[in-house]
This record gives sequence, C-alpha cells and structure tokens, in this order.
Amino acid sequence: MGIEEKLPSGFLLTSVEKLAGYMRKNSLWPATFGLACCAIEMMAAGAGRYDLARFGMEVFRASPRQADLMIVAGRVSNKMAPVLRQIYDQMAEPKWVIAMGACASSGGMFNNYAIVQGVDHVVPVDIYLPGCPPRPEMLMDAILKLHEQIGNEKLGINREMIVREVEAAALAALPTHQMKGLLA
Amino acid sequence: MSEIEKKQDLSAVEYTDISIGNENAKPFLTQLKGFWVTFAMMFRKVNTVQYPEVKEPTAARFHGRHQLNRHPDGLEKCIGCELCAWACPADAILVEGGHNTDELRYSPGERFGAVYQINYLRCIFCGLCIEACPTRALTMTNEYELADNDRAKLIFEKSDLMAPLQPGMIEAPHPYYPGTDDQDYYHGKVKSSHPSQQNNGQVK
Repeated sequence: MGIEEKLPSGFLLTSVEKLAGYMRKNSLWPATFGLACCAIEMMAAGAGRYDLARFGMEVFRASPRQADLMIVAGRVSNKMAPVLRQIYDQMAEPKWVIAMGACASSGGMFNNYAIVQGVDHVVPVDIYLPGCPPRPEMLMDAILKLHEQIGNEKLGINREMIVREVEAAALAALPTHQMKGLLA
Repeated sequence: MSEIEKKQDLSAVEYTDISIGNENAKPFLTQLKGFWVTFAMMFRKVNTVQYPEVKEPTAARFHGRHQLNRHPDGLEKCIGCELCAWACPADAILVEGGHNTDELRYSPGERFGAVYQINYLRCIFCGLCIEACPTRALTMTNEYELADNDRAKLIFEKSDLMAPLQPGMIEAPHPYYPGTDDQDYYHGKVKSSHPSQQNNGQVK
C-alpha cells in the first residue's frame, strides 16, 4: 500500500492495521508456480470441489506483478532457483510465500545435488506445508493459517520494530551446523 | 494480380457466414439443447465441500500424521530398533534406542525408543515405516492439518507423536503387569493396567 508507512506511529494505526489486514487476507492472488506433482493438487484446490474462490483467491495470476502470494508447488532444481527468485522479486509488496509439499519445504526425498533443499534457501517462506503431495484440504489449511498471519500483521513503526526483533533473534539463534538431530 | 497477391488480399477472402441467416447453421432448437445443458447445471446439487466448516472424512486408510502406540496398560510399543528409520526413503525419521531397567521401564523387553523424531518437512507419507515396524508401534492417523510457519515446529518429537492415554492406561515408565513378562505383552495377555503399576510401581 505505502501510505501506512508514512502515518505517524500510534495514530489510527491499530484500526488501519485491522482494516488493511482484513482486506489483504481476503484478496490474496496467488502466482502460478506449479513445478511438479503438487501443482495438480493446487489446481484441484482451485477447481469446483474445493473452490479457492470462497477465500477470494481463485485467480491464479500468470504475471507476478498482479500476484501477492507465491505457492511454490513442487521441487525446485538448482537451475530453477534463480527463476523462482526473479519471480519473487517481481512481485509487488506485500508478498507471501507458501512452500507446498515436502520438496519445496525441505527437498523431501530428493536429497541430491540437483534439488534446492527447501525454497527458504532462495526466498523467505511464510508457511511450510508437509505432504507428498498435500491434499487440497491441506493446502487450504495452510492458506487459512497464512490468512490468520496476514490479518494480524503490523504496519509502519510497529512492523519495523518486529522486523528488527526477528533479525536480532535470527542472529542469536543456534547455527544450523550446531543443531542436533533432524534439524542438522 | 498475381496468385500470391490474391492470397494476401484480405477482401478477396471468402468468409463463411455464421450468422443466424446462414442456411448451414444448426436449427434454433438444436442450439437451445446446448444451452439447456448449461442451464440445467444450476439446479444440480453443489459439488463444493465447505472445507474449514465441513471436513469430509478421509479414506479410512489415508496416510496422515504418525502415531506411536501403547500396550493396553500404557507401556510403549516402540522398542527403538530403528527399522522405520532404515526403511524411510526420505531419511525423515531419527530414532535413538535406550535401555529399559526394572526401575525405569518404558516398553516390554530390553530396549525402548529414547529419542523419536519425525521430520514432516521430509516425510512423504509413503507408509514404509509402518510396514517395517515389527511391533506395530508406529501407525498413521488420518490427521492432515500439519502446516506451520517454522521448520523447527515441523519436526515432531516423541511427545507429539505418542498416542493419547486411553482409559485403563498408565503413563510409562512403570513396571510390568504383576506376574507377566514381555512375551505376555506380545501374546496379548495384558488387557489393562494394574493399580500396583501406578507412580512407577512406588506405593505412595
């Protein structure tokens, strides 16, 4: 939007936040980013039986400029990664990413040289969705969880403070190579 | 005008008339038949499942989230053999076995699963782990709402995967049912817990 970034802090912000969150979450337009079998389930979720139109998001935009949600459906090869990043960069702010399925979330069973081990290596991911492929209900569940996240998003100075906090937490967090068990 | 120029001259192209006046057009009633199919669909029952409000049950054997089962008295079935981890094609399971003692008994027999993690980011829900499990400790539920916003949250620990306690079960660790051994558990002779098993066999 833009105007809310210039509003003075505290002024109208909570009501503007609520309104903006409500509008944003109910008009998400996903970019088509089907890469593999998960795309079939994503298409099924858009079709009549599951009907994403109920959440105001039936139009899968082929152009990233008109989309604000990227559903990465399928395995991302190393060759596809720069393309994915470019599509993400071309999308207008605010934008969100769902990593749909095991491959997009972590590389899944394709733990090899060709596949990016999770799209969060390339773009920031908001929701990870397990499953191989996840059924349409699982995708809708992920979308609804994302809606909840978007609805509670802060704006302006509050957002900046949250971003700073998240960054500080990320810097203080245990590095991946020191983690134990499956997180390693 | 040469042959090629004639082809390029658009005014010379003969268009087939598709208007109603066309003699070759289908009769009006035949056209209406086509529209009728579309029109009649409006009175059909709606196919859409209203998902978050209405949850259609999955197929009975749908592969959902895993569950670690218990014996009827509450002892864990998992013996920490790691066969599920070996069977997993995605390397999503991590098991570390531990030794049972008479003071601290989690499962019948010598060993129990001390650490049990399933990485749902990697899991492909193929069910090979369930086939590999020799004690039917690991099975799958029909639960599928697993999405989350953090990678670490999607690595399920043993406490997330353990089956809830049914009536008559006591949380492990606790000793064997009085007068039984591990064989009796596998032969299904233990049907429920015994009061002496409470508080890990200690009388309060």
